[in-house]
Amino acid sequence: MSDDNATAPVTMLSTPIRLDYQFTAGLAQSRSLQGYAEGKFIGQRCPVCKKVYVPSRGSCPVDAVPTTEEVVLGNKATVTTFCVVNVPFAGQSIEIPYITASILLDGADITFMGLIQEIPADEVRMGLRVEAVWVPEEERGPTLASVKYFRPTGEPDAEFSSYEAYS
Amino acid sequence: MSDSVQIFTSPHVLEYPYSRSTGPVIGAFLTALRDGKFVGVKGDGGKVIVPPTEFDPESGEEATEIVDVGSAGVITTWAWVEEPRLDAPLSQPFAWALIKLDGADTALLHAVEAPSKDDIATGKRVVASFKPAGERVGAMADIRCFVLEENQ
Repeated sequence: MSDDNATAPVTMLSTPIRLDYQFTAGLAQSRSLQGYAEGKFIGQRCPVCKKVYVPSRGSCPVDAVPTTEEVVLGNKATVTTFCVVNVPFAGQSIEIPYITASILLDGADITFMGLIQEIPADEVRMGLRVEAVWVPEEERGPTLASVKYFRPTGEPDAEFSSYEAYS
Repeated sequence: MSDSVQIFTSPHVLEYPYSRSTGPVIGAFLTALRDGKFVGVKGDGGKVIVPPTEFDPESGEEATEIVDVGSAGVITTWAWVEEPRLDAPLSQPFAWALIKLDGADTALLHAVEAPSKDDIATGKRVVASFKPAGERVGAMADIRCFVLEENQ
């Protein structure tokens, strides 16, 4: 309420809700975070179903067993699905329109969200082959922000059947 | 997994900066707080509800008649807070209490400042201690707390 409104009837109320957490990544996720600092994607393979989860979670949600075998994945990936963001919102840090995509790293069995750049928004498509662009080495840290974005590799699109199970 | 893994931790804050419209009845109550006083609403059964609601909680009928009530009242029940949280209205130990203001038929929840737990009792009279006029914005926090009338 500004001073100008000091006599006007109250019609609005500010009721912020704030939760302060201290997040601890744990053993498995910390390894993946350390990987980002070193410019690589680190995942884990399930000893039962052999699926590779990235980032590491420490267990397989399907087989309910610990995952301990570490797998270092490359920079290349396939867009399995995507969203064109056209709506501005509070805290937005990227110019719209931009693309958020589900990224399936080669050799991984799960997708994660990634930003797509260096391609017009209306040319992004399912099956697009992309590669990670990392921030300069001295700026990297244990955060996914170490990956600047993903950009097209120029390779032919991936066959739908190659990522059908993950889209 | 080797013993040399560095376990990362970081602060994670989740915050929603909501603004809510008050409606005419809560709006009148908050406007009164900004003016350093209390109002309630008279339900169709004649009871005065403080803080006011838009509907009589017993009959469900709309309640629109805004009435003035006192800035002092009586503690109907209370709980002592030995270790106040960071966002509590008072930083020293205090009581959360339901306070039935003079002229009201229902009670309002607020903090009561008291030297110790032994000074608080159901039935004791308390009076509102408002923030200075320039700091009041039309919110519950405009009431700094309630204080014991006997300490006035």
